[in-house]
Amino acid sequence: MDLTGTLPRTFSDTLDVRVTDTCLRDGSHAKRHQFTEQNVRDIVAAVDDAGMPVIEVTHGDGLGGSSYNYGKSLVDERVLMKAAVDTATKAKIAALMLPGLGTKDDIKAIHDIGVSIVRIATHCTEADISEQHFALAREIGLETGGFLMMAHTISPAALAAQARIMADAGCQCVYVVDSAGAMILDDASERVAAVVAELGDDAQVGFHGHENLSLSLANTIAAIQAGAVQVDGSTRRFGAGSGNTSCEAIAAVTERIGINTGLDVLKMIDAAEDVVRPVMDEECVLDRLSMIMGYAGVYSSFLKHAFRASERYGVSGADILLECGNRKLVGGQEDQIIQIAAEMAAEQRARVA
Amino acid sequence: MTASAAIVGSGNIGTDLMYKLQRSADIEPRWMIGVDPESTGLKLAAEQGLEASAEGVDWLLAQDELPDIVFEATSAYVHVRNAPRYREAGIRAIDLTPAARGPYVIPPVNLDAHLDEWNVNMVTCGGQATIPMVYAVSRIVGVDYAEIVATVASKSAGPGTRQNIDEFTRTTSNAVEVLGGAAKGKAIIILNPAEPPLLMRDTIFCSIPADADTEAITASIHEVVADVKAYVPGYALTAEPQFDPPEPGETTGRVGIFVEVEGAGDFLPPYAGNLDIMTAAATQVGNRMAQHHHAEQKAPA
Repeated sequence: MDLTGTLPRTFSDTLDVRVTDTCLRDGSHAKRHQFTEQNVRDIVAAVDDAGMPVIEVTHGDGLGGSSYNYGKSLVDERVLMKAAVDTATKAKIAALMLPGLGTKDDIKAIHDIGVSIVRIATHCTEADISEQHFALAREIGLETGGFLMMAHTISPAALAAQARIMADAGCQCVYVVDSAGAMILDDASERVAAVVAELGDDAQVGFHGHENLSLSLANTIAAIQAGAVQVDGSTRRFGAGSGNTSCEAIAAVTERIGINTGLDVLKMIDAAEDVVRPVMDEECVLDRLSMIMGYAGVYSSFLKHAFRASERYGVSGADILLECGNRKLVGGQEDQIIQIAAEMAAEQRARVA
Repeated sequence: MTASAAIVGSGNIGTDLMYKLQRSADIEPRWMIGVDPESTGLKLAAEQGLEASAEGVDWLLAQDELPDIVFEATSAYVHVRNAPRYREAGIRAIDLTPAARGPYVIPPVNLDAHLDEWNVNMVTCGGQATIPMVYAVSRIVGVDYAEIVATVASKSAGPGTRQNIDEFTRTTSNAVEVLGGAAKGKAIIILNPAEPPLLMRDTIFCSIPADADTEAITASIHEVVADVKAYVPGYALTAEPQFDPPEPGETTGRVGIFVEVEGAGDFLPPYAGNLDIMTAAATQVGNRMAQHHHAEQKAPA
């Protein structure tokens, strides 16, 4: 595939597509936010050596995410980010933040630590809550990305309009984010194409996928073919739900079809098997609950919370997730999972009585 | 004698507040001040017989007759600029933005504490909905940490709220400590665009000692819910308080409290309980200030 001359390459003179490894951020959900400094050093060293240009390190729910609602971090995320900055030799370190949870103070703090990219995430219809954060990030010299989460829930045209708000606020790359892993090929490429058409040269377009319908890699390639120049993956798919797009698979497949990501395929495969897998409590697999998330369009990080609530209240985790879909919950509403489980338990007791 | 009042800010909050103040026996809303002549709030205010001006606070302060009380429903940034001007003009300000220039007031916690202040702050809609619950727990047991999650319908969050989202989280988490009584507070706000719009939902988590008297905490929560219900009829628990023992490695357990707030539907429909709880609380404070002010004036006679 010849992409020469078609892509704005503000991040590099040589790469066609830039990959961000989010296993130390999205993987935080799967690890229940229990990363140690050593975990971070080991993974950053391995994927940095394999040519990973950007590595994201934050609590799974972004800056300030350590909480009752989302799960407390074992180690302060700023300590983890500092370890990543200290370990990386070439890779840039990125952090995620969600307005409404994190604040501008958090953005200033990560800048002081040496993080060089901030990615600001909102639900896909709420881009205007991010304006003050993009303005600050650009002012202090951080590179910026914008996440439009749960992007499967709105039309390509509506998504493009929200992308415009972020780009005008100072976002340099707007990501179409398939938080629920619910997109199916055209869903991804049509949304990316609409955002590319809207933004032109004003900002790049990126894609962030999840594996819940077993389509993350296919969607990612479709997104690249539709004009995405930055894509997310997680080494060993270490992420929420059944995980993200495999970074090592992105490396291999892009190489085969002639897209330069700068990743060393064999080193990525080794990093996944030898370094990342041992940090994971379990593989991210396409099991009952994660598949339900893709099928019902539920935010991927609800997985572990639904599992815990199902055990605590003795109700079906699948039913909890289906109800999350029925109630149209958005990312961040983990608190409602407890409430749904408590309601279901009360109904069960009522039926028995 | 009633106190005269101006509402500054003709958006969602200011307009909803107007309808509540019109029902007050202690306050007469006389002026509605905006900056956009096309604002729906200004048109509705004019229809209701208020003097409506799109020329901002400059216009209000240039009038021969000034209000006794101004309700600020603009944005935190604007109130920071306006607050000293109200003070110079001798007008008491009840601030519905998260600017937090004056002390916080949450009716079930400290309604009568700051009646002589020139500027009081109503925290945030999320704070009004959740801090009474933190207070209900902290008056029974020590609360090292409290966290609130407020989810509001996207349609009920106007441009002021959206521009002020950091101020919301900061002011709310601070007030969780100052008025809620938690040693450390945290606040999270989420906007949900679902159609039809969802009612405001709030979750309050408080750490509690491992041996806490859960029955006493539950009773206290129900009592304070009734206090809030007295001025926001749509305020209700959606589940019984949920108690969790300490997690491995932790010394404190946790109570989770789940509430929903159905609005009175004065301006926006009932889903916008976040508007309702803010404007109803501000009306409570205004009424008490007016009553107090009235008593002060009568005393020398």
